[in-house]
Amino acid sequence: MTGVVLLTLTALGGCRREARVHTVTLAGSTSVQPFAELLAEVFMSRHPEISVNVQGGGSSAGIEAALSGAADIGMSSRHLLPAEQAQLRPVLIAQDAVAVVVHPSNPVRGLTRDQARDIFAGRIRNWSQVGGPPSAIHVILREEGSGTRASFEEMIMEGSDPDPRALVQDSNGAVRETVAHDPGAIGYISLGLVDERVRPVSIDGMTPSVPAVLEGRYQLVRPFLFVLKGEPREPALLFLDFVLGPGQAILREEGLIPAAKGSGNP
Amino acid sequence: MKGREWLIHRLLVVVAFSSLSLLGLIAVFIFAGGIPIMAQVGLGEFLAGTRWAPTRGHFGILPMIVGSLWVTAGALVLGVPVALACAMYLSEVASEGVGRVVKPALELLAGIPSVVYGFLGLVLLVPLIRQFLGGPGFSVLAAACVLAVMILPTVTSVSYDALRAVPPTYREGSLALGATRWQTISMSVLPAARSGILAGVILGMGRAVGETMAVIMVAGNATLVPVSPLDPVRTLTSNIALELGYAAGKHREALFATGVVLFLIIMVLNLVAGAVAGRGKSR
Repeated sequence: MTGVVLLTLTALGGCRREARVHTVTLAGSTSVQPFAELLAEVFMSRHPEISVNVQGGGSSAGIEAALSGAADIGMSSRHLLPAEQAQLRPVLIAQDAVAVVVHPSNPVRGLTRDQARDIFAGRIRNWSQVGGPPSAIHVILREEGSGTRASFEEMIMEGSDPDPRALVQDSNGAVRETVAHDPGAIGYISLGLVDERVRPVSIDGMTPSVPAVLEGRYQLVRPFLFVLKGEPREPALLFLDFVLGPGQAILREEGLIPAAKGSGNP
Repeated sequence: MKGREWLIHRLLVVVAFSSLSLLGLIAVFIFAGGIPIMAQVGLGEFLAGTRWAPTRGHFGILPMIVGSLWVTAGALVLGVPVALACAMYLSEVASEGVGRVVKPALELLAGIPSVVYGFLGLVLLVPLIRQFLGGPGFSVLAAACVLAVMILPTVTSVSYDALRAVPPTYREGSLALGATRWQTISMSVLPAARSGILAGVILGMGRAVGETMAVIMVAGNATLVPVSPLDPVRTLTSNIALELGYAAGKHREALFATGVVLFLIIMVLNLVAGAVAGRGKSR
């Protein structure tokens, strides 16, 4: 009896196992993760012999995983540091705009880059200083180490320290949730996550949108990178080819800005 | 038969010591990860520095230490009186039938996942505080309120057991001397159960120090030493949970060092709890 059960189990397990003889592991940025999962799903339906595992952990963890070989491909939503660049090869798979968002009831429609920096650095502390109502500004940041935060600081803060009084939320979704419920709040999130509950403000007169990014009119843009150590194994290479080829249409559909073939890919 | 008993005896010893060595392993792992950066930054700078910006080379965790203490103290101030009242009611006042319904219901509170408490705090408490008391709403007060509810079942049930353990002769003697019921409870039963109640409070404190998820959701997590109950706050546990996923290099070590501090705080709390409970028993 036990033998029969065991046999059946192995047979059942075998059906799936037998088909997928190769595994590709991805780990890293939680911003890239949902897109990578979607790509993996489509890829696996085309390549029944390859199974693609996508894990989160954050950009820095992804880079670490690629360095140590724990993952075939690391995912990062920030540029590599010089030290990392020496050992890893970044491949741009798409670009994502970062939008500065406020509560929909906030009359402030736009900020200059300097104003944005001063707000996030805690030097401007009241909305009346930037043409809004006389109420305190509640700054919301991502946590230290986040790719979204690193990109935002690189693009806007220009070396200024972020306000230590600022609230810190640990995901794009939590930042959006907080801004959506607080009329005095300001934060930054991925453009793909902006919905009617928050309003993006223009920076230096440029309103964030996919066309504006494509035409180069909006410059708060960060890379979505796959990072590789050395020459990847065959199945990982296949997946990479898929992402840079047919996968680009999927990414565009999901609201990302496709990586122009070749550009930014050393 | 003799041999089998010996075997089982040995087996139990091995199991007991393996879980003990697990504790040792955890300690070694955390300390090994955290000590180097503490030495490098300097213990004084690490514990008393007010600036936390690990990717820029600033490793002061004073805001988190103070934050943890604030939030824990707030939770105790708000939660302990309610828990004590519950325990006193259940043990001294409530009828058998009421007790049989209310006590398990109260203990059910302990089984609710902390993310649920955090979510309730986020959607109910934070907007209320922002609207009526000012500030961003994410605050020491919000975290303390959420934690007060979370420690309620622990403190209540330990205190209840302590009150129940007071011999009936205390109550009878007090009542026979003409004391009212309230005088009996407050001046005779409560002091007799003091050490047990204190142990319950310390256990609740341990839970409040260690709680992470709910606190992250309602505390705001700013890296500033909080000076008012309406200020946002980051606790030691939040600091680790927020950043560990993204941390590498020194940043990661600094989070392990945060873990060392937390480990020591919790160890001390447990030792105190053990000592207090032990003193109660010997009397």
